[in-house]
Amino acid sequence: MIWVDTILQGVLLGGLYALFAAGLSLVFGIMRLVNLAHGDLIVFGAYLILVIVSALGLHPVVGALLAAPLMFCLGWVLQKAVLNRTLGDDILPPLLVTFGLSIAIQNGLLEGFSADSQRLSMGALETASVAVGPVSLGVLPLLTFGSAVAVIVALNQVMYRTAIGRAFRATSDDPVTASLMGIRPDRVFATATALAMLVVTVAALYLGTRANFDPAIGPARLIYAFEAVIIGGLGSLWGTLAGGIVIGVAQTVGAAINPEWQILAGHVAFLVVLLLRPRGLFPRGQ
Amino acid sequence: MSLLETRSLTARYGDFQALFGVDIRLEPGETVAIIGANGAGKTTLMRAITGVLRSAPDSILYRGAPIGDLPADAVMKRGIAMVPEGRRLFPSLSVEENLLIGAQHKGGRDFGDALDDLLTETGRDLRRAFFGPHGLPPRRPGLALGDRLRAAALGPHGLPRHDAGPQHTGAGYWSLETVYDLFPILRERRHSPGTALSGGQQQMVAIGRALISNPDVLLCDEISLGLAPVVIRDIYAALPRIKASGASVIVVEQDIGQALAVADRVYCMMEGRVTLTGKPSEIGRADIHAAYFGAAA
Ligand SMILES: Nc1ncnc2c1ncn2[C@@H]1O[C@H](COP(=O)(O)OP(=O)(O)OP(=O)(O)O)[C@@H](O)[C@H]1O
Ligand SMILES: [Mg+2]
Repeated sequence: MIWVDTILQGVLLGGLYALFAAGLSLVFGIMRLVNLAHGDLIVFGAYLILVIVSALGLHPVVGALLAAPLMFCLGWVLQKAVLNRTLGDDILPPLLVTFGLSIAIQNGLLEGFSADSQRLSMGALETASVAVGPVSLGVLPLLTFGSAVAVIVALNQVMYRTAIGRAFRATSDDPVTASLMGIRPDRVFATATALAMLVVTVAALYLGTRANFDPAIGPARLIYAFEAVIIGGLGSLWGTLAGGIVIGVAQTVGAAINPEWQILAGHVAFLVVLLLRPRGLFPRGQ
Repeated sequence: MSLLETRSLTARYGDFQALFGVDIRLEPGETVAIIGANGAGKTTLMRAITGVLRSAPDSILYRGAPIGDLPADAVMKRGIAMVPEGRRLFPSLSVEENLLIGAQHKGGRDFGDALDDLLTETGRDLRRAFFGPHGLPPRRPGLALGDRLRAAALGPHGLPRHDAGPQHTGAGYWSLETVYDLFPILRERRHSPGTALSGGQQQMVAIGRALISNPDVLLCDEISLGLAPVVIRDIYAALPRIKASGASVIVVEQDIGQALAVADRVYCMMEGRVTLTGKPSEIGRADIHAAYFGAAA
């Protein structure tokens, strides 16, 4: 029974990793851009929620709702003013620029908020749990997982059921021909990053409520997000959820065997999947 | 006033000059054919007109207005649609989505436009503040795919400018239904991936995708390339209905017989120049041969 519990906890933890990864997956799928600042943007989002929450005395969920439009606009401007200029044949410029952005965000947060760790408080919700048969599941992990599924469903709806999703896919296929159809690739990419920043806001909410955070933890979240995206198959959103779950389960199972193995087990699972299925569990197309 | 006109249009790919002062005209209601051997510059001419390659503003006039420096999306929104060489369907989209994508950006301003203008203006102000009234020197599009991507994303001048010109409304005869009536096989295959179709069917999708924006000018680049004669006949059978919907047409053709059969006027190109112009009834085989292959004929 203990194993069922361990695996269920791992699945729920996978929801958190999927949230970290969904925005990265979306942006990569549309413009083949690997955003090395993704983890730091999540941390930035958590601080933004923290500022709103402490200034206005609001619940973190309300704070996240207020932060979302700001993050959306930030994503739009970031893509239009900076990232669009790095796109092209050469994969190095976006890597360099987002790496620089990562460092800039970390140092900016360090200046503004010091290295002290912070936390968003959900109150009683943090310790609440429900009994499902013999196992007891935390309400917050359940909410996280539910949010991850909701985010993935919503992104898939946008991608495959809306006109902007059609433009995302067309531009991803062939930006020059897309522009002949009246699409502005720069605009489409900006919208995609803005959308990804909405997902980042959701990720930031759970990052901040489930554990302490400080300005330096972004890169570690990026690693989990990366691994989830690659395990799932580049560009596949459901694959990203599966990837998150693989890492989450590996971590809790590893930790159950030996608490020191938690982090390592996640990375080992990633390497094993990479060995067995180099293109991930759900490779897209071709 | 001609509907569409190029004046001493030049185009280059990096150091290579592909067009040397091309003058062509398209009158309302006309079908014009452009013929010429491989590498003559026909596709380059289409790319210049559609804004994939930028030119001097005055070297392309549409309804008398200069459009040479407009980006491709702005040219399309004014009412010039393109069936590109090699069809270029979007592999991730179904047949129906490939058609719909041609109709979804017909004009009207949205939230994105507003935000975009705000950003562009702010950027311009900032640049002015930092670099003085003339700003940074404009960038030029180059040869590499990277440059083309960047040009598609940003335009060769850095931040894209907003096109304030008259926007084509896109209202008119063509819709999903009328395109399906024109090419009934597409209705049957509407949910297939666009690239799962035969070459001829893909060509039909590419034509439908261009028509559905209800263009005033339809540019077709080698729509018969690689297709069987019966398929070519089927596709050209659509031309009268396309013309009846009010579009004027430029077809680029390697097949001289086909070009002479459908066109009101023909331009023959060689090595980046127009070498022969005339009505099909007025130009002889020998003229065409000379214009096509050079004076040695
Ligand atoms: N992207 C490019 N980069 C460099 N040179 C190019 C490029 N595209 C075309 N050219 C050159 O420009 C010239 C004109 O090419 P273009 O494609 O316009 O010819 P075309 O008349 O359409 O030929 P075809 O009948 O083979 O399609 C050719 O010499 C070609 O090599
Ligand atoms: Mg050509």
